[in-house]
Amino acid sequence: MSSLRESNGVKALRAVIIVITMVLAIGPVLYGVLLSLRPFAAVLNDPLDIVPAIGEISFEAYSQAMRSAADGGYGLGGFLVNSLILAVGTVLASILVSILGAYATARIRFSGRSVGNAIIVAVYMFPGVVLAVPLFVLLSRAGLTGTLVGLVIVYVALTVPVSLYMLRNYFIALPSSIEDAALIDGCSLMGVIWRIVLPIALPGIAATAMYMFMIAWNEYLYALLFLVQERSLWTAPLGIAQLTEFDTPVTILLAGSVVVTVPVVLLFMFAQRLLISGLATGAEK
Amino acid sequence: MTRAARGSRLSRGQRANLHGYLLSAPSYLAVTLVILIPFCAVVIFAFADFRLIDIQQMTLGTIDWSLANFAKALSSGTFWGALGTTVAYAVFTTIGVIGGGVVVALAMRRPFPGQTVVRALFLVPYVLPVIAGTTIWRTMLNPQYGFLNAFGTQVLGWETPIAFLTTKTFQVGSVGIPMALTVVILFEIWKSAPFTFLFVTARLQNVPAELEDAAAIDGANARQRLTHIVLPQLRTVVMVLLLLRFIWSFQNFNDIYLLTQGAGGTEVMAVKVFKELTVRADVGSAAAYGLCMTVILLVFGIGWALVNRRKEAM
Repeated sequence: MSSLRESNGVKALRAVIIVITMVLAIGPVLYGVLLSLRPFAAVLNDPLDIVPAIGEISFEAYSQAMRSAADGGYGLGGFLVNSLILAVGTVLASILVSILGAYATARIRFSGRSVGNAIIVAVYMFPGVVLAVPLFVLLSRAGLTGTLVGLVIVYVALTVPVSLYMLRNYFIALPSSIEDAALIDGCSLMGVIWRIVLPIALPGIAATAMYMFMIAWNEYLYALLFLVQERSLWTAPLGIAQLTEFDTPVTILLAGSVVVTVPVVLLFMFAQRLLISGLATGAEK
Repeated sequence: MTRAARGSRLSRGQRANLHGYLLSAPSYLAVTLVILIPFCAVVIFAFADFRLIDIQQMTLGTIDWSLANFAKALSSGTFWGALGTTVAYAVFTTIGVIGGGVVVALAMRRPFPGQTVVRALFLVPYVLPVIAGTTIWRTMLNPQYGFLNAFGTQVLGWETPIAFLTTKTFQVGSVGIPMALTVVILFEIWKSAPFTFLFVTARLQNVPAELEDAAAIDGANARQRLTHIVLPQLRTVVMVLLLLRFIWSFQNFNDIYLLTQGAGGTEVMAVKVFKELTVRADVGSAAAYGLCMTVILLVFGIGWALVNRRKEAM
């Protein structure tokens, strides 16, 4: 960074851009959170009055959104569980598959690996909605639409190219001398991956896993195609989107949106610590 | 690099091949099953007369091969309309996302107290789940209880609320604005500009300060330093973002569908593929639309690679 002085005009321009960006980035989110705390009638009566009065604040929208339909709620709790099962299943399977693949393409010189790499990158760029057509046909034929298993299979395949690509770059950047030493000392290849690569690469794996989780947590198109008939299996995004069409009070939808965001925020806070600690401990001296 | 274990009967190269194949087999299996085979299926379906009802009886032998799907698509106004909408959406979101990211990254270059917090808050729209973002925007833009319309009618003196997400053309004087399309473009810029901001910021941190200092000593003013020193350094990262953002915007389904469901002139190709499949239950036609999308992206990708190769050779 240059230490040059800059004119007051430039300084003011910077400040204005930063403030405007701040309002644009945070404003809508704050608006959503605040409205979710007001009674629906109050929102209808006075849309301009965003900040709820102290006595007005209520978490009724949250409890109503989360309760199951049998309890007079909107069943978001169940949708969140479905989303969590899907996302965790996807992350575990996808990471397991791609650690092995990424290690192979990063460290082992086997014939045909460059062709494989090229295919994976090409696939990464491929329009997802195009694959929705055959996947819908093939999985309905296999009787896997309307099940979470079918969706996990799709998510794993959609995330493997991305995670393979991320992990491969990460492994290449790591020094291979410790692995070489372990191999010379007679450690098996799986032993090297399990005992040496995994611990050293943990921050990179955590970052990749987080990205996979976000993809699975956000996914809407395939959930809509496969699960729309099975209300009990709806994911959180699908559930909120479907409820939008049934004239659900907007406070419920906003409460749902806030709840869907919470796991992502928690994950970021948790992973940040992991990422920093992992990076701080240098393995090679 | 693996070494052949002592006493193994395989040569070093054979052993490396074996390990390589074994370890990467699960990845390739997953990609083949769920991406490569389905892609072949898209090509087959696109040339077949095939509806959702036929799924159970369908075999390769019973396909009625035809070019009808393409003939119908290419001769219909909806195809070209959807293509135009998609291109407009992809071009304007790409420009907005990259431009916005670069401008904000430049503004945030100099350290100030609380910069880390501000930077983290800028990423909120990107990290926010899509469903949460779209729900908030739909609320904000709602004609009945949305903040924007309430502000417009009560403070700015609009005569009637504007149905932002369903209005195809909005007349301002004699100029017609594609209202819903503009809103979905703005949403995408709002959501994805933080991503480019992050990339550009990382690149800016590596621009050596000496270059700028030297230019300043030689008498370059602030604007000259920006256009001649800083911006050229961003060329590579901007080119990569251009490719990624265009491809992602071109095939975007979730954000648009969750905001408008394709209403108000926002029916892009991805939404069209989905509707051909679910509403019209015409698998062949959906596949033909999808294949056209793929071909267009492929052409764009090749063009991008050619332009960048030529620039690098110079």
